[in-house]
Amino acid sequence: MNDISHGLFAALRLIVTFDAELWEISLRSLQVSLTAVIIASAVAMPFGAFLAVQRFKYRRLVISIMNALMGLPPVVVGLIFYILLSRSGPFGVFGLLFTPWAMIIVQIVIITPIIASISHQAMRELWAEYHDLLISLNTSKWRRIKTLIWDGRRNLLTAGLAGFGRAIGEVGAIMIVGGNIEHATRVLTTAIALETGKGDFALALGLGFVLIGLALFVNILIHWLSRTEREGRW
Amino acid sequence: MIRTLISATFFCAASMTQADTLKLAVTTSFENSGLADVLLPEIEADLGIDLQLLVVGTGQALRLGEAGDVDAILVHSRVSEEVFVADGFGTHRREIMYNDFVLIGPKSDKAQIGATSGAAESLQRIADAQATYVSRGDDSGTHKAELKVWQIAEREPATFGSWYNAVGAGMGTALNTASALNAYILSDRASWLNFKNKGDLALLFSGDPVLFNQYAYLAVNPAKHPTVQYEMAMQLEEWFLSDKSAASINNYQINGETLFVFNGQK
Repeated sequence: MNDISHGLFAALRLIVTFDAELWEISLRSLQVSLTAVIIASAVAMPFGAFLAVQRFKYRRLVISIMNALMGLPPVVVGLIFYILLSRSGPFGVFGLLFTPWAMIIVQIVIITPIIASISHQAMRELWAEYHDLLISLNTSKWRRIKTLIWDGRRNLLTAGLAGFGRAIGEVGAIMIVGGNIEHATRVLTTAIALETGKGDFALALGLGFVLIGLALFVNILIHWLSRTEREGRW
Repeated sequence: MIRTLISATFFCAASMTQADTLKLAVTTSFENSGLADVLLPEIEADLGIDLQLLVVGTGQALRLGEAGDVDAILVHSRVSEEVFVADGFGTHRREIMYNDFVLIGPKSDKAQIGATSGAAESLQRIADAQATYVSRGDDSGTHKAELKVWQIAEREPATFGSWYNAVGAGMGTALNTASALNAYILSDRASWLNFKNKGDLALLFSGDPVLFNQYAYLAVNPAKHPTVQYEMAMQLEEWFLSDKSAASINNYQINGETLFVFNGQK
């Protein structure tokens, strides 16, 4: 129990003193995870809507696979991408291993199924409501997808935030492809793993509280910016 | 909306591109000792390079070198290093410094390992008492050193019972486990001195020459991997062998204890 209060104290001290290293790794955490969320959302949200609107032969199979991929073990994703991005691997020429880009790529792979799955769920319900209207207006497929995405944007926000939550707290994959290099690829989660290894539980916990605070801050900020959960709005 | 997102993505991307750097895989024991924090700024100032450390076990460091993902490695497992050079992955092996391993255990020392003539005898006593023991079990340099002492002690870890816990983790994690189990463990001295979660553990045995731990620097062979920064890696080797490096290594202390002894030869 004592360790937890020490952790809270360490977190407070780091924040109050504007610790330079804390700022650096927190910003990098945000940079990596937000970039991953933006790219993954750009792919996953239209895909989720497409799955709701379009009927095709293997649709159920695709949905099942997508749902199953939500449980991708990050360590395995990390290891596979380590082998792919390694200098001796097929994509070695790009020199991406141990850079923030490698971390973004593995996070995209981990969170795309989650965002796509939640998006699909939301879009399906909306589609049931809009189906007759959009069919009777004789809209194109692309028009229908765009309409669903726009009118379901609040639900899609939830999908994006779920992806962000998974990305910012992830450690197994980015540890392998990022390498936890100081001033290059160290982020909050890998720093926590490092400090735990050194037995400095107070500092590790302190960083952990900063991470939780950061995730909370981003969620509140986005809700505030998009004006959800306010009176008179849905 | 979409345009904002795209420009935001590019902004993130632009701020993450980096200049040419030297990647050095080092062992956890080197990083945990705190010596890296002393040497790194000196190297960056003297050579004007951006030195990036990848802190991994010796086994993984050698793999990273074999794959050409790092430019050089600093590890401590002589046999594996010689294989690395013999297989052509490294051009040569350069000894830099040594520190030593120590035996840690509960203060009560129920297996009485403190008062023995050698490390092998201490381990024998632990095995005979079946006292709880934590092993790295991760193919690292420290793990290999431990296995060597078990061999001298004529005991076979594969036959041990449930008192022998191979955790398959880095030095820090293994020490945390030992602290929680109040178990015996072999650690490098530097990691032990810097470790902050000692609990009821204490240093019980040290000083046997079999526990000396030689660190060597190996640059990855550019003939195998043309992309490695061989020239820069050679500059770093020269720096490691310099008088300035020798002074920094020999003068590094924790709680008044010297940790590393420089023994590099040009």
